[in-house]
Amino acid sequence: MNQASSAVELKNVVKKFDEVTAVDDIDLTIGDGEFFSLLGPSGCGKTTTLRMIAGLELPTAGSVLIHGEEMGLKPPNKRPVNTVFQNYALFPHMTVAGNVEFGLRMQKVPKEKRSELIDWAINLVEMDGLSHRKPTQLSGGQQQRVALARALVNRPKVLLLDEPLGALDLKLRQQMQIELKNLQREVGITFVYVTHDQEEAVTMSDRIGVMHEGKLLQIGTPEDIYERPTTRFVADFIGRSNFLEATVASESEVVLSNGDRLQLESDHTVGESVAITVRPERLTVHKRGESSTNQHQIDGVIDSVVYLGNAIVYSVSIDWMNLEVRSSETSNSRYSEGDAVTISFDPQYVSVVSG
Amino acid sequence: MKKLLEKKSSSAGLEQQAVKAKARQGFFVGLPSIIYLLIFFLIPLGYVIAYSFATRSRTGRTELRDWNLDAYVRLGEEVVQAVAWRSLWIAVLTTVICLLLAYPLAFYISTRRPVIRNLLLIGIMIPFWSNFLIRTYAWRVLLSSDGLFTRIVEELGLGEGRILFTQPAVILGLVYGYLPFMVLPLYAAIERIDWSLVEGARDLYASGWKAFRRVVWPLSRPGVIAGSILVFVPSFGAYVTPAILGGNKQSLMGSYIVDQFMDARNGPLGSSLSVLVLGVMLIGTLIYFRQGGRNL
Repeated sequence: MNQASSAVELKNVVKKFDEVTAVDDIDLTIGDGEFFSLLGPSGCGKTTTLRMIAGLELPTAGSVLIHGEEMGLKPPNKRPVNTVFQNYALFPHMTVAGNVEFGLRMQKVPKEKRSELIDWAINLVEMDGLSHRKPTQLSGGQQQRVALARALVNRPKVLLLDEPLGALDLKLRQQMQIELKNLQREVGITFVYVTHDQEEAVTMSDRIGVMHEGKLLQIGTPEDIYERPTTRFVADFIGRSNFLEATVASESEVVLSNGDRLQLESDHTVGESVAITVRPERLTVHKRGESSTNQHQIDGVIDSVVYLGNAIVYSVSIDWMNLEVRSSETSNSRYSEGDAVTISFDPQYVSVVSG
Repeated sequence: MKKLLEKKSSSAGLEQQAVKAKARQGFFVGLPSIIYLLIFFLIPLGYVIAYSFATRSRTGRTELRDWNLDAYVRLGEEVVQAVAWRSLWIAVLTTVICLLLAYPLAFYISTRRPVIRNLLLIGIMIPFWSNFLIRTYAWRVLLSSDGLFTRIVEELGLGEGRILFTQPAVILGLVYGYLPFMVLPLYAAIERIDWSLVEGARDLYASGWKAFRRVVWPLSRPGVIAGSILVFVPSFGAYVTPAILGGNKQSLMGSYIVDQFMDARNGPLGSSLSVLVLGVMLIGTLIYFRQGGRNL
């Protein structure tokens, strides 16, 4: 990503609160028009990172650039970004229209232009007819829309969203995920979205940055993150995963703890103990002895079977541990407890991560 | 009797009975204080109102006959008007000074850490631990011609330090006495404000001052109104402070009313003046409830 097309750039950003390091040396470039998610468990520093972009916190070290411009000590009101807060932070003493108008008034936008923009924003979030309500007279989902309209009406270069769907129930959240994504395409504004919900991040984002303990562990497309995790934490945090302890034997071979050798490329040093990670749905179960096209096979015994309707989850005992296998084959070839089986997998869906 | 039984047997009747029984219970629990207020507040208040329409006999007795409005007509007299306007002016001034002093303090307290916040709040309330009268007398010592206050003011060249028995001394005393009543409701209102709203305002291009003006100030208004009423109402009818710190040349409502009852032996006028004070206080309280109701 070159300088001209980057919306947000973080260079070696560190944030310490007293002696606690909340954000630990982050480098990140977010492209113009991108939907970028910062994903991580609570306390991983994702919100602090967002607040540093907004100017609500100042970095202890490093710099924040927005559209190539160094933000330095600029206060939030001097930055070309707007935030949708986790609790929405709607002004309770103002109507919906008053809330949406606030940013425009502060920027001294002329009155006619203001009402035009307010209509546009309220229409955009489908809140027409409710503009004279006070925030307390709105449902959670409606408040969320007002918070969006209030930020978007200013046409910021970057919109920052801090877990905006966190307070909504599941159904509404899923609906809003799709709406948010469509909205982002429609207005063409860069979205930086903070969430701890991996499904949300995967659904909406162009790219995801996974954070853990103040560090940015991996940046990539949802597919990259899901199929090719580079660390055990990422593999574990996003979706379900099996981890098999192994040792690197050579550049193209690892040895499992039972002595089985697997042909896997990795850039880990020879002799290093690693884990190979594979998603439950990337494992296939066969009857023992049946031939498989996959060269990677491990023998095991079915330990338990859970029927989920659209899939069956097997727990397969393989000597030293249990593997989770998710099969979408629900009618034919069902196995039951105690069946001797062989598990196989395609190496393209397996990642080698640090142990 | 039959009808009554029928009514009782229906479920709606039972529900009504339960509601009535609850209301009765509440009444009995409240009875002691109701009786207390009746004897020591409502009946005397009735007397004052009745007195204000009564007749003063030649010897100065108040006689409850020949009901008239003479005492109210006298409220229009120049002397009375002067006292009323002076009291009003002093009450307004005291309120404004208290507000100007208390707002920054309340703001400061409510933005501290909880431990420090509580310590500061206790600090605000410490004066209540000793008697108001005694504390006012202490000001008399401080303000006397060789008192600490007087000497400090004169040493610093801040002008005339001897203000005892003047209007400034009265205002000083009132501000001192009623400042906590302004700080506490302001603190309660400001403390309740969600600070993410300020961040929201800053994020929406408001400068620090604009964020205060547009968000903090309007949201703290219930506290401003409550504090102002709590200071204004007692300041308007203040008796102790002006009596101890003020001169006898420029009397205020409180002492003027006492004068009517004691020295002039004019019960009706004293009563009509009291009704006037009550009226002003009532208006203040009504404003408070109206504004409070709108904001909360």
